[in-house]
Amino acid sequence: MAQTPDVKKYDKKFLIGLLEQMALIRRFEEKAAQQYGLRKIGGFCHIYIGQEAVATGAVSAVDLAKDYVLTAYRDHGHALAVGMDPKSVMAELYGKKTGCSRAKGGSMHMFDASKNFLGGNGIVGAHIPVSTGVGLKIKYREEDGVVLCFFGDGAIHQGSFHESLNMAGVWKLPVVYICENNQYGMGTDYRRVSAEPDLWKLAGSYKMPGTFADGMNALDVHEKVKTAVERARSDSQPSLIEARTYRYMGHSMSDPAKYRTKEELMEQKEQDPIIILQKQMNEADMLTDDEYKEIDDKAKETVKEAIDFAENSEEPEIDSLYEDVLA
Amino acid sequence: MAVISYRDALNQALDEEMTRDDSVLLMGEEVAQYNGAYKVSRGLWDKYGDKRVIDTPITEEGFTGIGVGAAIAGLRPVVEWMTFNFSIQALDQIVNNAAKMRHMSGGQLKVPIVFRGANGPAEYLSSQHSQALATYYAHVPGLKVVAAATPYDAKGLLKSAIRDDNPVVMMEAELLYGIEGEVPKDEYLVPIGQADIKRPGDEVTIISFGKVVHKALDAAKQLENEGISAEVIDLRSLRPLDEEAIIKSVQKTNRCVIVDESWPVCSFGSYVSHIVAHNCFDVLDAQVELISSIDVPMPYNHTLELAVQPSVKKIVRAAKKVLYIED
Ligand SMILES: Cc1ncc(C[n+]2csc(CCOP(=O)(O)OP(=O)(O)O)c2C)c(N)n1
Repeated sequence: MAQTPDVKKYDKKFLIGLLEQMALIRRFEEKAAQQYGLRKIGGFCHIYIGQEAVATGAVSAVDLAKDYVLTAYRDHGHALAVGMDPKSVMAELYGKKTGCSRAKGGSMHMFDASKNFLGGNGIVGAHIPVSTGVGLKIKYREEDGVVLCFFGDGAIHQGSFHESLNMAGVWKLPVVYICENNQYGMGTDYRRVSAEPDLWKLAGSYKMPGTFADGMNALDVHEKVKTAVERARSDSQPSLIEARTYRYMGHSMSDPAKYRTKEELMEQKEQDPIIILQKQMNEADMLTDDEYKEIDDKAKETVKEAIDFAENSEEPEIDSLYEDVLA
Repeated sequence: MAVISYRDALNQALDEEMTRDDSVLLMGEEVAQYNGAYKVSRGLWDKYGDKRVIDTPITEEGFTGIGVGAAIAGLRPVVEWMTFNFSIQALDQIVNNAAKMRHMSGGQLKVPIVFRGANGPAEYLSSQHSQALATYYAHVPGLKVVAAATPYDAKGLLKSAIRDDNPVVMMEAELLYGIEGEVPKDEYLVPIGQADIKRPGDEVTIISFGKVVHKALDAAKQLENEGISAEVIDLRSLRPLDEEAIIKSVQKTNRCVIVDESWPVCSFGSYVSHIVAHNCFDVLDAQVELISSIDVPMPYNHTLELAVQPSVKKIVRAAKKVLYIED
């Protein structure tokens, strides 16, 4: 396991920010799962609980005024981490016209162009070349931006990943590829389908730096991503980061996750990303239990407001079918 | 006769063919240890083991191509695409290799492979995961393309497909796997290339295939309540197409409605419409009606996604239109 960064070297406000975001994602996802159970939300719904440290740790290392974020279908956490309004995210899950994608996208296709958050993509690996293309634009326009491209351990075997890294390597594109290795692609343990189980080492084939991050530790993710982002910004150099993490729930709401043991899950939950940061801050006298409770209560309240907003929003009109097809 | 589900009918077909012929194997994402994303392969890994029921990484182009290689080398692989939405990543292997290798080798090679999985709209999934792609495959010479609407047809067609020496694309549907129907105990085959009259009638012919056959049947029932006798033809095979069955029926009823989940432009349904216009011009009492998906990507919102698809109401209205009862 990676050396844990010392909380004392961070500004308290920054740390509180990370905690707030992780708490918000956790509470949002609990509610999303519950509302799915009540059939308020339909389709595939991939819950992010357990992986909060990856999105928050990584996104806190970029500046969304100039940087970009793209991800796959397990995207509610990233949407919230980039600062999207939880109301518009929840309304999208409800399929209401106030949703961020105007009820056309649903759970897997969150977008907020104003926050440089370019999806949400339902096809495994399909957004990796797209992210690489955003990197090409940055280089072409000689901008200062960097792209964070999140994907799962399952996506790393797609040709699209290898083709993209090669081109990013040759063309020196400012893209940070972040493999969220939650150890399962649906029901498949990544070790069963990965000839090289240290996924970060695949970077070597493309002559770019590859790094391992503890995906249960927001600060470790933050540090590793920060280094990669700086390299991308100053030298236009891509990187690959494997963040080892874990999803607590099944692949999607229809998956009972029988392919792993209860013991394994219990063991992983002891590495809870929220508790880890909270404890570190506690021990460094940077956070009291009351302060944390306040953060968590605020997250619950925000999620409640999002639910109310989604519940009270209107369905889209039938004629809106014909909108958004062509410019 | 036993009443079993569509998924169990497919399972029986795979099981029987794997027992009969040890060159038959099944490969795809989650088909082995997870028992299939839609549980079609339940129990097969337990029975046949890793060698014949193979979990692949998520690499549609890769494992589709591997299947093609195994087929030209003498095996009879069944490649499961979790859904047809992802098969588009494998189009190069399907169109340029599976369909052409026999032709390009001057008949030296044969490509006995089955590609199968869920095709067509499901529910609440937005546009990447909810689309009917029959037309894509039906377009390609060198492929056979079949679609089963009932458990009986599913079992019989899959067995024929596995025994066929050509590449066969077999379209199932997420929303069909649970439906039940009679399936005989004794072995039988449903020949590829033969349409089936699912319901005889003499005032209007409704032609469809796959999941929407059930909507056509419901529409016919509703028409019957209004004193109109509709014949429902299930094509079952798009390539080769049973043109004779189509022509014979329209010659009897003089009116024709085609129901196809595809988008309307250059669709399989529009080709059937050409067949009817070309062969039945003299006997048609009304123009041919085509009920397709509306020409837009599928939205997430449920009301909108239902509005996009063929429905019983739309079919009934089209039938009345060709009967000049409504316009
Ligand atoms: C090209 C393609 N093939 C298959 C699927 C079906 N599918 C959806 S998610 C998934 C597993 C992906 O796992 P991973 O990339 O590790 O991401 P995680 O779900 O763990 O976040 C599969 C097979 C798909 N969406 N796209």
